[in-house]
Amino acid sequence: MNPLWFILGTPIVAAPILGIVGGRHYRIAARLNVLASLVTLVAGLSLFRYRPAANSYFFIDDFNVYLVALTAFVGFTTSVFSATYIGHEVETGRLDAARLRFYHGMYQAFMLTMLLALVANNLGIMWVAVEGATLATALMVSLYRTREAIEAAWKYFILCGVGIALALFGTILMYLAAQPVMGPGESAMAWTLLLDNVARFDPAILNLAFVFLLAGYGTKVGLAPFHAWLPDAHAEGPTPISAVLSGLLLNVALYAVLRFKILLAANAGAIAPGPLMVTMGLSSLLLAGFMLYRRRDIKRMFAYSSIEHMGIITFAFGMGGPLANFAGLLHMTMHSLTKSAIFFAVGHIAQVKGTQKLADIRGLTVSHPLLGWTFVLGVIAIAGLPPLGIFTSEFLVVTSTMARQPLLAIPLVFGLLVGFGALVLRLQGVAFGEVPDGGHARVRASLLPLWAHLGLVATAGLYIPPHLVQWFQAVARLLG
Amino acid sequence: MQMGTLAFDVAHLLGASVLVLSFGLLFQRRIFGVLQTFALQATLLAAAAAWQAFVQDAPHLYITALIALLFKAIAIPVALHRIVLRLQIHRTVETVFGMGLTMIIGVALVALAILLVLPITYQSVAITRENLALALSVVLLGLLIMITRRNAVTQVVGFMSLENGLILAAVGVKGMPFVVEMSVAFSVMVAFIIFGVFFFHIRERFDTLDLHYLETFRGERE
Repeated sequence: MNPLWFILGTPIVAAPILGIVGGRHYRIAARLNVLASLVTLVAGLSLFRYRPAANSYFFIDDFNVYLVALTAFVGFTTSVFSATYIGHEVETGRLDAARLRFYHGMYQAFMLTMLLALVANNLGIMWVAVEGATLATALMVSLYRTREAIEAAWKYFILCGVGIALALFGTILMYLAAQPVMGPGESAMAWTLLLDNVARFDPAILNLAFVFLLAGYGTKVGLAPFHAWLPDAHAEGPTPISAVLSGLLLNVALYAVLRFKILLAANAGAIAPGPLMVTMGLSSLLLAGFMLYRRRDIKRMFAYSSIEHMGIITFAFGMGGPLANFAGLLHMTMHSLTKSAIFFAVGHIAQVKGTQKLADIRGLTVSHPLLGWTFVLGVIAIAGLPPLGIFTSEFLVVTSTMARQPLLAIPLVFGLLVGFGALVLRLQGVAFGEVPDGGHARVRASLLPLWAHLGLVATAGLYIPPHLVQWFQAVARLLG
Repeated sequence: MQMGTLAFDVAHLLGASVLVLSFGLLFQRRIFGVLQTFALQATLLAAAAAWQAFVQDAPHLYITALIALLFKAIAIPVALHRIVLRLQIHRTVETVFGMGLTMIIGVALVALAILLVLPITYQSVAITRENLALALSVVLLGLLIMITRRNAVTQVVGFMSLENGLILAAVGVKGMPFVVEMSVAFSVMVAFIIFGVFFFHIRERFDTLDLHYLETFRGERE
């Protein structure tokens, strides 16, 4: 039995069911959501044991199998977090029955589009999946229907709509390059076949295609200067959605960019995509680093931190080579786990404090020790302090840059320090300091997904299993 | 069917007409004029897609043509027309730049598209090459419309005209798969977002569809 049937089939079946059940029986719906995500996760993990053969629509290779597993894992833990989060939102009356049905249905639809984009062997299917993800998340961002949420969703729709439109133009150009060599039809859009023939494509068309694809999918990665939608979308939507936006959607968009980078690298006449990606990565890192200081909203701050980290990852892949690619892959995984864990914590923090304003959240470790210290651990991890996983990957990015392009290491390290400073500065106020009146409200929090993520990140900082190292090395070679 | 000169000429004529109507969208000052121009552009796009279906002997492109005709040339303009009437939106289009400057930028974008596409696709057959230059011009003009308009309705029209350019590019490339799926995906997105959510909510919260009011909120909670 092909695991892909379960990976894609579970959300297809679950989305309409949750769209109907939801409503008054939201607890059942939340459990069904967890169950569906668990089935997807098990099916995703089974890909490591049994790998289906590639056909013209779907394929699994070393690269996407680990992203499928990561996506399914974060999707599962987020569904667990979402169950408690939604319970509180219903009690406080921020969500009603109709919106809950919509929310759970859309959650599974979003998971479907993410997984479909990852396993697609066809440029067209991947594009349709990313477009579907844009639609699903834009609708989720507007879920609360506040003035800010609608503005955020509108911005998201306009900017990402243009982004995916540019990506489609790039896809058409890619087909135009492939068609004279491979003949018309679907085979000229399949990754596996494109890679075999790309050396004979017209490099000029490939170059133009890549520029459109980088701008298009780069918008969804949140790279500067196309990042404007990202902080609003993260801040105004429900927190579980912020977690999957940062932890999954940005990765999947970057995955698309990297696939095209592999294609371009296999053509001798095409431009090197590296310098473009290095420039965009560095500018995202520096811009986001400085922007972190001016933030007054806790979710918005961590959204800028996501831009910063996507910048680091893009920079690493832009540098290329076995070590930098390895660091990029590790950082992608670590950032996904850490950032979604932070959003889980932030979701509960915003619920207990009743606000997202940084100025009003103080003394968390005093009023809510368990949640507070877990949050501190998450921020320490994302700031890149040893011995946690993000330190390892950032260290690898910096050292590989030092060895090859010492001049580029200066802005990189500077950007990392700027971002680090902002996070530490904010952490002091939020975690310590005086507890304001009425800041002791209790709320049922599910810390298990948080600890699971942070546990993995902490473990990766100290010890990465040799099997995983070999795996990442193989993928790093694939990336060139 | 052999691609004779007639096939090229008609394809170029239709593609160029779509481009001319993009300029028409830039030029229009009245919101109903914008909607009518867009409907005409979508009709011409449908004709261009149908012509490619005939020339390339690719029946699935007839479906793309039909979607363009029914959805974009009829359903969306009619629905937008109703929204404008019911919500009593300002009938004139607010622009960011003056008309002259907008037109000059538009012409410059077309020149840019031609300079970008024509030299690099010398190996491809001419029908694709010129079609692509026209399509890229339509895409860039669609972006310009979105940037220079303040009103939500005209921004959406700009987005759809940008999408018209993409469909024009996709039908012009021989044997491109998933064209139908892509046009459906775009239509679903536009339909969902525009009618399902945004106009309703924006109206509910702001009593206006002018995005200028949205921008007074700078994205940071006070």
